[in-house]
Amino acid sequence: MDLAAILALNVVNGAASLFLLCLGLAIIFGMMRIINLAHGEFVMLGAYAAVISANAGVNIFVAMLVVAPLFVGLVGLVVERCLIRFLYGRLVDSMLATWGLSLLIVGLVTTIFGNTMQGVATPFGGFSIGAYRTSWYTLFLLAVALVMLVLIYAILRYTRFGLIARAVMQNPEMAAVLGVSPARIYMATFSLGAAVTGLAGGVLAPVSGITPVMGGAYVAKAFITVVGGGAAIISGTSSASALFGLVNQLGAYLTTPVYGEVVLFLAAIVLIRLLPQGISGRFFKGTI
Amino acid sequence: MNGPVKLTLQALAILAACVAVAVMPSYVDLFQLMQFTLFCSMAVLALSLGFIWGFGGILSFGQTAFFGLGAYAYAVTAINFQDSTPAILLAVLVPALFALALGYFVFYGRISDVYLGVITLTVTLILFNVFNSTAGDAYAIGSARLGGFNGMPAVPTFNMPFDPSSILFPEQSWYVTGGALIAVYLGLRLLLRSSFGRVAIAVRENETRAALLGYDPRLVKLLVFVVGGGVAGLAGALYVNWGAFVGPTIFALSLSAEIIIWICIGGLGTLIGPIVGCFLIEYLVSQIGTQQAFNANLVLGAILVVFVLLLPKGLVPTVRDLLLAAGRLARERNRRPAGEETHALPGGHPVGAE
Repeated sequence: MDLAAILALNVVNGAASLFLLCLGLAIIFGMMRIINLAHGEFVMLGAYAAVISANAGVNIFVAMLVVAPLFVGLVGLVVERCLIRFLYGRLVDSMLATWGLSLLIVGLVTTIFGNTMQGVATPFGGFSIGAYRTSWYTLFLLAVALVMLVLIYAILRYTRFGLIARAVMQNPEMAAVLGVSPARIYMATFSLGAAVTGLAGGVLAPVSGITPVMGGAYVAKAFITVVGGGAAIISGTSSASALFGLVNQLGAYLTTPVYGEVVLFLAAIVLIRLLPQGISGRFFKGTI
Repeated sequence: MNGPVKLTLQALAILAACVAVAVMPSYVDLFQLMQFTLFCSMAVLALSLGFIWGFGGILSFGQTAFFGLGAYAYAVTAINFQDSTPAILLAVLVPALFALALGYFVFYGRISDVYLGVITLTVTLILFNVFNSTAGDAYAIGSARLGGFNGMPAVPTFNMPFDPSSILFPEQSWYVTGGALIAVYLGLRLLLRSSFGRVAIAVRENETRAALLGYDPRLVKLLVFVVGGGVAGLAGALYVNWGAFVGPTIFALSLSAEIIIWICIGGLGTLIGPIVGCFLIEYLVSQIGTQQAFNANLVLGAILVVFVLLLPKGLVPTVRDLLLAAGRLARERNRRPAGEETHALPGGHPVGAE
């Protein structure tokens, strides 16, 4: 019973962190058809921003939930203005350029901060379920993921910005005719995606090793989850995260963590083969 | 440039390359020769992706999967048989078969471009994870222990065919590697000249039209992919021969990225471009390694971004277009005094037709 509870907690936690990791990428890919291969580096920048400001004396929660998204959102703004805006509609070129960008950021961070970084302690502490101990932070991650899900859904569904952004996504020319500047919407959307990614990096910073190359571990997972989820940002990403999180954690429980990852990747390949439009292209048509 | 002139130029270039390979050992010291051997084996890898991406339109983000499988196939066979002859054959065969299986799954499933990138990337990660966790005695093929993250050290290097006792010296290894590069280049060039190569280019240009003309794009792409896989496997064997070592980092994403960078810089849609790009970048990286000011990732990333934005065609096509334009200009200037009307043809010629 305790084992089942802790396993369920692990599955929920895996799905929640996967969802947090992917949301920013899903916003950028779902809205703009740009695959940002520098996504993992945005996560890394968020983690660095959180850790550096926390070590400089900023409250850890402010560092994670405010400084990290603000900083990475700004980085996203600069990247969109200097690089991405020349590449709309050129899917392969945008992948190559963002891959170059990811190398550039890794190189830059390595040059400035070196190969390792002092981490921060995980806040809260732990509690016990029967014979097993786990940390409150898992539940905090889950809460952040749920809040982000609701928040992004509300922004896209109920605000004027969300309405305009979805209109631009569907038909940029028509939106431009109606007096909206698609370029500005793209800029704002990309920054929003980057900020969400930075937040993910910030809240994952206390539970991950902080190195310049940490992004590499995330980008592939995030990439396949978004593609597996399909075009719908919220429903696609959340369903794919739940599925892959479940598969990953169960695989890890039944075999080893390494084969858990392998099972996750295999599941992704099979899913893409069966549902080339992703989960949301098949089951949640017309949702956000 | 008309046909015969171009053919002569190409023949001359290959002759020059052969001469360069032949005389290189007497001009450079052993360390540099080993460096060039490494560059040449990497250039074979560059050719494999340059072929499937530039002429088959298949962007594989995981060409290292075949490279690494070839390397492991070579290492396992060479350790078991203590003879490189069957090992080289298997190093080509195993990745080619793997490409056949993966390509069947992908192309016959009609999976589109982006998803192909995702799948090849994912497969590479799976292979990395699997080979990374093969430490211990349980993971051995015959007498070859896979060794997990530590890899397989002391792999027997190339020997004379069917004569395991006479192991090749570094100079001879250089001849083999440089020769293999030229042979692969020639082979791919001839393949592109054949009717199959023309159909492959047709499929890249327009799949639907090629299908309406009676060709099966799925089969054509699959075959291109398999050839690319086999060539990458050969590159893997050459790589292991250079270092006598293979480890799971051979599947690392950074190498996959580097191959793509070579091709972007050299020029997509040519065969010489990937080789040029590979040599340039590998030389640059080895030079960066000798100083402290710049990080290799920083420089590579900046180069890739600049090329995608400003020189998307890559070096070789850009230089070729400039030369062709200069030639046309010179001809026009010569004609003008005679009062002739000039009807310069538009400079474009079919991509990949050279």
